[in-house]
Amino acid sequence: MAKKTPFYEKHLQYGAKIVEFAGFFMPIQFEGIIPEHETVRSGVGVFDVSHMGEIEITGPERIEFANYITTNDVSKLALNQVQYSAMLYPDGGIVDDLLVYNLKDRILLVVNAANTEKDYHWILQNKKFNVEIKNLSDEIGQLAIQGPKSEQLMQKIVDFDLSQLKYYWATETKIKEIDVLLSRTGYTGEDGFEVYMAAKDGLKIWDTIFEVGKDLNVKPIGLGARDTLRFEMRYCLYGNDIDKTTNPLEAGLGWIVKFEKGDFIGREALLKIKESGLKRKLVGFEVIDKGIPRPHQKIINGSKEIGYVTSGTFSPSLKKGIGMGYVEVQYSEPGTKFRVIGKEPISVEVIKGPFYKKGTHK
Amino acid sequence: MANVLEGLKYTREHEWAKVEGNIVITGITDYAQSELSDIVMVEPPKIGTTIKAGDAVGTIEAVKAVSDLFAPVSGEVIEVNEKVIKDPGIINRDPYNEGWLYKIKMSNPAEVENLLSAEQYRELIAGH
Repeated sequence: MAKKTPFYEKHLQYGAKIVEFAGFFMPIQFEGIIPEHETVRSGVGVFDVSHMGEIEITGPERIEFANYITTNDVSKLALNQVQYSAMLYPDGGIVDDLLVYNLKDRILLVVNAANTEKDYHWILQNKKFNVEIKNLSDEIGQLAIQGPKSEQLMQKIVDFDLSQLKYYWATETKIKEIDVLLSRTGYTGEDGFEVYMAAKDGLKIWDTIFEVGKDLNVKPIGLGARDTLRFEMRYCLYGNDIDKTTNPLEAGLGWIVKFEKGDFIGREALLKIKESGLKRKLVGFEVIDKGIPRPHQKIINGSKEIGYVTSGTFSPSLKKGIGMGYVEVQYSEPGTKFRVIGKEPISVEVIKGPFYKKGTHK
Repeated sequence: MANVLEGLKYTREHEWAKVEGNIVITGITDYAQSELSDIVMVEPPKIGTTIKAGDAVGTIEAVKAVSDLFAPVSGEVIEVNEKVIKDPGIINRDPYNEGWLYKIKMSNPAEVENLLSAEQYRELIAGH
C-alpha cells in the first residue's frame, strides 16, 4: 500500500488526479499540466514534495563523511549553505543526485523519493568516520513554493528578510510559530523556496501559504508540471537521465565533481573515465519540424544508431517537442542534427544550455 | 466520472462513433481525453485514405503520453476536423462535439454491430 503525504487530503480537496509514484499517492495534476506549468512560470505554485527523502548525518566528522560519499566539496559550504551533488558507486555509476544542506550541528541530505531506502542503506553500508546516520523521511513534510511571485508570498509569513536569502542558501526559521527549514532552492528554474517541517505541522503550513497567497492566485501544482518545468531547464531526473549505468561526466554533471577535494567513492573510476575520454554525452535537443520525442526511443544518424532518448516531452513554454538523450560524443555539439525514431522519425537539433532561458531563479 | 453519451457507439480503444446513415463521425471519448490530459498534437488519417476497422490510423499526443487512433469501422476518410489540428485542446474541452476528429464513409456498415453500446463502454471503463 502506497504511503500518503501529510497533504493527501488537500490534494483530494483541490481535485487532484492521484497516481502512485515512488511508493506514495501523489497528485499528478490538478487543473492540467499546461495551466499549472504556466502558473509557476508567471506567478506562484505550491508542490507537495514530501515524498523526497531526508537523511541526517550528525557527529563531529559529518563533513568528512559527507565529502567521502558525495562528489561535490562539502567542506566549501558555509553554515546554512546548500549544494547540489551526487553519490556514486565505485565504478562511477550514479547512486542518486541530491541536495546537501550544511546546517548547525548536522548535514541534511535530500534524496529522490524512489531512492530513499536504497540511499539510506548505501550510506549505512559505507559508514566511516565518527558520525550517526538517521533516515528522517517519514517524519518530514516538504513543500516547494515556486514562481516569480514566491518571494512576495513567503515574505508575508516568514519573519526573516528573504531578500537576504540567496539562491542555494537556507535558514532555520519559523512560520506561524512552527519550526521550519527554509531554503531558496527548487527544480523549476524559477525563483522559489523549499520548506521542510514536521509532518504533523504540514497542514498548518499549507493553510497559511494558501491563505496569504490568495491575492497572488497561488495554486497547487502536480507532478506532471513538475516534470515539464524541470525538463525545460534541462535538469536531470534520476531514473530517466541518470542512473547506475551512467556517470556524472557524460551526464554533463562534471561541475559537481570535485576531484581536488580528495578521496570520495567513485573518484578513481571517474578519473579513469576522464583520462580515456568520454564515449557518449547527454545532450538536449529541440524538434525542428513537428513531433514529440519520448523516453527510450532510438536516436539515429542516417541508418546508424547513435544513442537513445532519456526524457522527452512537449514544452509548454516553447510550444514544441524537446528531448534529452545520450549520443556518441561526436554527435554532441550544439547544432548537430539527427533523428529520433518514434512512430514517425522526428528531426531534432542539439542545443546548448536550458531549453527555457527566461527562468527567474537567482 | 467520465461522460459517456447515449446514442453513440464505442471502441475498446476509447474512440466514439456517431452513425449517420452510411457516414460515421469519430473522436476520442471523455475518458480517453481525461487519461491523456493536455492534448497538444493530433494527426487523424488524411482525406481520401481507405482505413480498416481496428487499424491504427493516426496519433494523438499529450504532454506526457502518445496514443494511437484506431479506426472504429472500415471505409474512406471523407472529412477531417481542421480546427482540432490547429487547437488540439478542443478535444480536452469538448471531446464529443467540437472535438470530433474525422468522418468515414463506411464500406461495410454491418461493422457498426461490433462496436460497444454506451452501457457496455461504461462497464469497460468502470474497472479502471
